Amino acid sequence: MSPDDRKYTEEHEWVMIDGSDDGTAIAGITEYAQDQLGDIVFFELPKIGDSVAHLGKMGEVESVKAVSDLFSPINGTVTEINEKLLDHPELVNEDPFGEGWIIKVAMADVTELDSLMSSQDYDTFIAGL
Amino acid sequence: MTATRPNTPIANEGHFQSHYIPSTVDEQSEMLSALGIDNIDQLFADIPVEFRNPHLDLPAPLSELEIQQELGRMASKNRAMGSGPSFLGAGSYNHFIPSIIKSLITRGEFITAYTPYQAEASQGTLQVIYEFQTLICNLYGMEVANAGMYDGATSLAEAALMACRVTKREKVALADSISPAYIDVIRTYCQSQDIAVEIVDPSNPALGEETACLVLQYPNYFGYIEDLEALVDATHVQGALAVVSCDPTAMGMLQTPGHYGADIVTGDGQPLGIPVSYGGPYVGLFATKQEYIRQMPSRLSGRTIDKNGKTGYVLTLQTREQHIRRERATSNICTNEALYALASTIYMAAMGKQGMKQVAELCYHKSHYAAAQIASLPGYSLPIDKPFFQEFVVQCPSSPTDINKKLIDLNILGGLDVSEKIPDGMLLCVTEMNSKDDIDALVAALSELK
Amino acid sequence: MQQGGNRQTEKLMLERSVPGRVGVVLPDLDVPAQPLPNNALLRDDLALPELSEPELVQYFTGLSLKNFSIDTHFYPLGSCTMKYNPKINDEVAFSPGFASIHPMQPAEHSQGALELLHKLQGFLGEITGLPAVSLATLAGAHGELGGMLMIRAHHLANGDTTRTKVAIPDSAHGTNPASAAMAGFDVVELASDEQGNVDLNALRAVSGPDLAGVMITLPSTLGLFDTHIVEVCNIVHEAGGLVYGDGANMNALLGRVKLGDLGFDVAHLNLHKTFSTPHGGGGPGAGPVCCTNQLAPYLAAPIVSQNGDSYEFSTPAKSIGKLSGFHGNFGVLVRAYTYIRTLGDAGIKSISGNAVLSANYMMNALRGVYHLPFDRTCMHEAVFSADFQKERGSSGLEIAKRLLDYGFHAPTMYFPLIVHEALMIEPTESETKETIDAFIQALIDIDQEVTDDKDLVNNAPHTTPVARLDEAKAARQPDLRWQPEAAD
Repeated sequence: MSPDDRKYTEEHEWVMIDGSDDGTAIAGITEYAQDQLGDIVFFELPKIGDSVAHLGKMGEVESVKAVSDLFSPINGTVTEINEKLLDHPELVNEDPFGEGWIIKVAMADVTELDSLMSSQDYDTFIAGL
Repeated sequence: MTATRPNTPIANEGHFQSHYIPSTVDEQSEMLSALGIDNIDQLFADIPVEFRNPHLDLPAPLSELEIQQELGRMASKNRAMGSGPSFLGAGSYNHFIPSIIKSLITRGEFITAYTPYQAEASQGTLQVIYEFQTLICNLYGMEVANAGMYDGATSLAEAALMACRVTKREKVALADSISPAYIDVIRTYCQSQDIAVEIVDPSNPALGEETACLVLQYPNYFGYIEDLEALVDATHVQGALAVVSCDPTAMGMLQTPGHYGADIVTGDGQPLGIPVSYGGPYVGLFATKQEYIRQMPSRLSGRTIDKNGKTGYVLTLQTREQHIRRERATSNICTNEALYALASTIYMAAMGKQGMKQVAELCYHKSHYAAAQIASLPGYSLPIDKPFFQEFVVQCPSSPTDINKKLIDLNILGGLDVSEKIPDGMLLCVTEMNSKDDIDALVAALSELK
Repeated sequence: MQQGGNRQTEKLMLERSVPGRVGVVLPDLDVPAQPLPNNALLRDDLALPELSEPELVQYFTGLSLKNFSIDTHFYPLGSCTMKYNPKINDEVAFSPGFASIHPMQPAEHSQGALELLHKLQGFLGEITGLPAVSLATLAGAHGELGGMLMIRAHHLANGDTTRTKVAIPDSAHGTNPASAAMAGFDVVELASDEQGNVDLNALRAVSGPDLAGVMITLPSTLGLFDTHIVEVCNIVHEAGGLVYGDGANMNALLGRVKLGDLGFDVAHLNLHKTFSTPHGGGGPGAGPVCCTNQLAPYLAAPIVSQNGDSYEFSTPAKSIGKLSGFHGNFGVLVRAYTYIRTLGDAGIKSISGNAVLSANYMMNALRGVYHLPFDRTCMHEAVFSADFQKERGSSGLEIAKRLLDYGFHAPTMYFPLIVHEALMIEPTESETKETIDAFIQALIDIDQEVTDDKDLVNNAPHTTPVARLDEAKAARQPDLRWQPEAAD
């Protein structure tokens, strides 16, 4: 069961409002995604100040034998990246919904989250893959 | 041929039994019968019948005895460097090759092994590559080196492309004192990637903000040492990368490009235990700074541990390469020159700390002796007044090509005619393989030729 | 306990170095010493090992014993053509008349070398049916780059600047799209149909005025001969494009068909696959490019021409330029020439015949034990999928690793990308029936182990110098050189 305190996309990202600031969202990839990727070895992340778009490529994630694009779940501007991932990319494998968060984004439109999948919808989605 | 060869198809009802192909007619029949067919041709039924089994106009097979004779005949028509005094360099160098190199590289376990993708089955190759990477870093004064590339020219071209990726700029500046062949190869690599190639005078490179790199050769094509410190600084001031193609033999003596702050250092490993062999195979050397590692092309061997905690080696950061990144790879390179990376690793180890220095010094003193002797001959001079290592340019009293023709009649291989760049210029190379007698013979011969 | 004393290989050279030991003795300086340059130009330190000659021989010999190789193990790597590397080829290549000649020495004193290159051009042109040949490219991928640059040059010479796309099957080797991208093209992926052939509808959909050409491997990386290949070439030509051939799998086609006859315009060959030159642990190779007379002017420089009785280098009229420092990997070219002279017209066909027979014999014996995604006559290699075993808990990777314990090098894994749990097996013509039968039995036994003792398979290999290695650690914390007191 995916955590129900956040929303999801078909590219296996999660996103939720950052507790400390209503206008900022925090995002990462799901348990399913990290399992598919295998041992993650490197992240290429956007820079603070970069614009990101809903389902637009914002970076790359590398495992030993594969490279995958990283997509942003929402529109906005990057305000913070999880620096720990630069030296410890495995945090995303270990705790994708917690310590393994990837970026924080100042959202263009807070209501965007409403149109994303709920945790139940996401669980149904991945069950069908 | 008068006698019927016992192995020809006519004698053997269409079957040729090669000594490289074990299956006999009977064994083939067994396999065919397991497949429920009568003859091998049936396995090729997918080939359109109108194109199947074309006539091949190739010579009849030769026995190994005849191969030795025939290939011996062809080999004997080529003048080997060791047959007489030889003073030709220009990118391919006659250096001493320790006997253990050939003995080790022709071991079946090295020479018939594949690329080490299955790490558990390739620890020998992978550990050798790790040693190679280590020694090249130490030789060039750089932080990280790859497992080798094709040759000095293509390594340099790939370095220029890498500089463009790192700086996100689209122009490369090449010093006019680098090898013309290297310039040609860089142009070929850049033509399709919309990268502009500019030739600059190293005494005044005048780089702009759109230049990704300045490409230098050290010593330069003519053998001379340029002011690397100043050139690297001028490059960095513009936010560009300093790319240096560096002769590895010179590294026994000269300050490293890494010391001067070079960002990417390339070279040709041929002088490190590889015969001149008419231009190849050689091995390209490539080293850079740790911060650029993900943009570096070619393979990397990394040290790690196995599940029992034992140290082992594995190809790593493979996500840079073509088999994973495909059209977004740092380079298309797959097969490189691993056997010759092994040869140069053995060379560097056999020469070692002391031997590399000694070889460099022998080349230095002998070439300077030769230059001084030749410069004292009437009609000959040294037009370039800069420090040099093992090669230098002599201005001759007449066409170097004509002089070379006369030299070769005396079984002396002269230097390269570079009169396109320097009037009546001859690029001479003197290494540890040239004895004082060799050099004196050259000087004596030149003194007769005006 | 340090077993074997100094002959163990764990310590690296700089770790086992002892100051004062020497590996070579050089002659004394026999000319007067000359003034040295300014001290600022000289280096202060050189960190290279100090080891004696016996130690070096012991160390490198010990390392070699940790390798699998063709000479020591059956090495059925699909698409690599791991056939016997004849020793006479090495002997010829190392002879002074070939190994000790300078690339820039006068042509009059290199006629034997030039004759060999010219004749080799002829042989390769004859074998492929693409008569114009350049030997200057140093590996398969290098040849691909050359061929794609030639296609680019051809279109530009026709004033045709719109052809920006190259179509490449989804089963292609990674070098194909990488080379096309380096040559400035955008890559369009072509689907394969259920027979493993190029999907003709997909091809037609991309065959427009922006198509520069296609890159086709024949037989494909699935080991299958595309039964529509002539139609593929026609479709591309009608759209104004050219057909590039990746000749990596030529071992199946020697003497059976000519690429030129089928409609290919330009192709490379891998001499280190089809023509027996040794792989060397990852090269050197050679990737000559062969093409039609129409494309000949664009070949990479130099080529060898005949002028009456003598031979010389020349540059094709509209050459794409030099792609290598000198003339190509001469030492590799000598080996390929020697090999072709040894097999000759009669032997060339027996290579492909036996290679294809062995592969089909093996495929047939394993049918039903391993899943065959494309169950039709294969060429020189057969692609299986470990799907049946995956259902029971062992993947293709684990089966490949377990084969190492049986004394066989693993086949190619996870390639081509379009086959799930792919295992690509190419026996070649130089293996005995006994070896192939033993290999078949090993795969059958491993399949049984998946049922009876899955852990044995899944924790393999058990008998190699190292067990499964931590590749994630190697990528996360790259350790790429030895340094004194190196941190983790």
